[in-house]
Amino acid sequence: MTSGTFHSARLAVLTAVTAAGLALGGPAMAKDTVELGFVGPLTGGVSAIGVGGRNSAELAVKLRNADPKSKYHYELQALDDECKPNVGVQVATKLAANRKVAGIVSHYCSAVAMGTVDIYHRFGLPATVWGAVLPDITYGNDYAEITRVNGTMINQNEVAAKFMADRGYKTWAVIHDTTDYGKGHDKYFTKFLEADGGKIVGDFGVTSDQQDFTAELTQIKQLNPDVVYFAGLTPLGIRVRQQMDKLGLKAVFQGVSGIKSDSFFDGIGPDLAEGTLTFLEGAPAEKLPGGAYFLKEYQKAGFDSAAEAYGPFAFAAMNLLMDAVETVGPDRKKIVKYMGTVKDHDSITGPITFDEHGQNTVALITPYVAQDGKWVVWADSEYASGKRKLPGQN
Amino acid sequence: MDLGLIAQYLANGIMLGTMYALVAVGFTLFFGVLDVIKFSHGDVLMLGTFAGFTVWLGLQAAGIVNPWLQLVIILIASMAFTAAIGAMIAKWLVLPLKKAPPLNTLLLTLMLGTAIREAVRLFYPNGSNPKAFPALLPSASIDLGGFLLRADSVILVAAGLSLIAGLNLVLNRTRLGLAIRAVAQDEETARTMGINYMLVVLATFAIGSGVAAFAGIMNGLYYSEINFGMGLLLGLIGFSAAIVGGLGNLYGAILGGFIFAGLQVVGAALLPFASAYKDVFAFAVVIAIMAWKPTGLIPERTSDRV
Repeated sequence: MTSGTFHSARLAVLTAVTAAGLALGGPAMAKDTVELGFVGPLTGGVSAIGVGGRNSAELAVKLRNADPKSKYHYELQALDDECKPNVGVQVATKLAANRKVAGIVSHYCSAVAMGTVDIYHRFGLPATVWGAVLPDITYGNDYAEITRVNGTMINQNEVAAKFMADRGYKTWAVIHDTTDYGKGHDKYFTKFLEADGGKIVGDFGVTSDQQDFTAELTQIKQLNPDVVYFAGLTPLGIRVRQQMDKLGLKAVFQGVSGIKSDSFFDGIGPDLAEGTLTFLEGAPAEKLPGGAYFLKEYQKAGFDSAAEAYGPFAFAAMNLLMDAVETVGPDRKKIVKYMGTVKDHDSITGPITFDEHGQNTVALITPYVAQDGKWVVWADSEYASGKRKLPGQN
Repeated sequence: MDLGLIAQYLANGIMLGTMYALVAVGFTLFFGVLDVIKFSHGDVLMLGTFAGFTVWLGLQAAGIVNPWLQLVIILIASMAFTAAIGAMIAKWLVLPLKKAPPLNTLLLTLMLGTAIREAVRLFYPNGSNPKAFPALLPSASIDLGGFLLRADSVILVAAGLSLIAGLNLVLNRTRLGLAIRAVAQDEETARTMGINYMLVVLATFAIGSGVAAFAGIMNGLYYSEINFGMGLLLGLIGFSAAIVGGLGNLYGAILGGFIFAGLQVVGAALLPFASAYKDVFAFAVVIAIMAWKPTGLIPERTSDRV
């Protein structure tokens, strides 16, 4: 976070000064307009997250435009990738081919990001990932254009496996979608869990639009695991959790960051969701270094939907991009170079430091539990205090 | 494998089979009377389910909260709406193309299905997101040694099977059924005998579509969720089931529906490879059956077409 966006008081003074200057007839310098892009799933099953990210990015742009100290006027083009790789490639090409676009903040869905990073590289467009967690997006290539502010599923699953093993659970059944996202989670969780002494008793790949899971769940019921680990996104998670109940499967339902969304509760209601676990990089917005500021501004902007889990990351990524433009100008090559040097860069999600792959080295992961229809940080929950118990805990 | 588990698989299969059979029946009816494949069937089903969901929202807003009353109203509204849509499609899109090559009808209904699907996605409020369908049936259950028997599943299957039985009665025991069968058998002669051809065709399309709406609502109640794409796979499965059973034969459609469900369950439960391939397995077997019996397991005899 640079410039005066934190300090609304100073901002107000500056605005007043500018206004006075205008009133005196001194022409305020017309700022050059810089176009930036945002890509995320704005429709479809995970649109709640995408819209939250879009709003957060918009908020960052709005605040920066209101800051008289910024050298440019920013315009945001928000495009919808529908969480589908084919659509993502289209919108990515559209942005990348538009030479006016200086840089973008892109993608929540890992499968989409995997399809678009090559395009960004080919067009030399700096793209900062705000939500997708598949490691290969940054680690699977050495494209200097691609950076990522959020952590990866490697960190996430390491913490998740240890957390669950520490609770004394022994056996897991895995249901993962067969996209890169689900398979990646499955791979890393299995790896870390086995290191922690846990055992996977069954592993089921399902298509990402599958409706019926009774056959898989019936088999899982017979295997009788302590925990059902689900690696996929919210719509599928809702179906799996619902059908677990229909079959009388009493195991703990452990999700991944893909289900950490308020729409999870809209889909199945607070009763069935109760006790569901999930893990997310960073910390809840209100606990982030600049979280209070972010939430206050978000509230003030009057968006009609929540910022959701990755909103703060989209906000931080957008600010980082604009900081780059402020420093080196709206030139793709220079921005890419700038991104390579980012170290301890101030942001609302904490300091950002990119490693040689453009991956933010943040390793902070927070466990959450569903309690009374809300995601509650584990440490603050009644489960941690012992007032409520997860299945299989005494 | 213990008994409870087998019972559970069986229950899953019967549930899916009933739904598939209800969809397949529509395909077979349409083919019976007009020799057409109506590919928009799955999407009409989805439209009916969304209509039912909308009625439910209206009932909630109007303060009518008794689940049984809600269910009855939703079912009647959705089936009537879908029946009307089905009849309209027949009158204005399928019948005018009667003299054209059958491919044209096929293509037309395929495009119509896409149009319906996209229309719901774009114009229904927040239509691209899945909707949580209300649980209107009692969720009581008994645990029979590893097998959880749920009241709502039992009611759904019983209702679905009775609807199929009822349809069978209509076709075989009523004047309308007689007329439908007569048209299916020989249109020219049926007309000569004073049967109102247009009315029979419209009634058939209305019945087939109404039954599909029932399957859609059943699907919503069972999965507690509906989405704009739900008709796509259901339609494809229903169509395959109708083909496997023998297009144009009611019993064939029912048999086909249960066979397909059985294949899916077997594919997911008994085969050693990942369950992600259960649809691949089921469709592969369908291909094999078609190669073995090109006219379906219960071939259509011209004398008892539907």
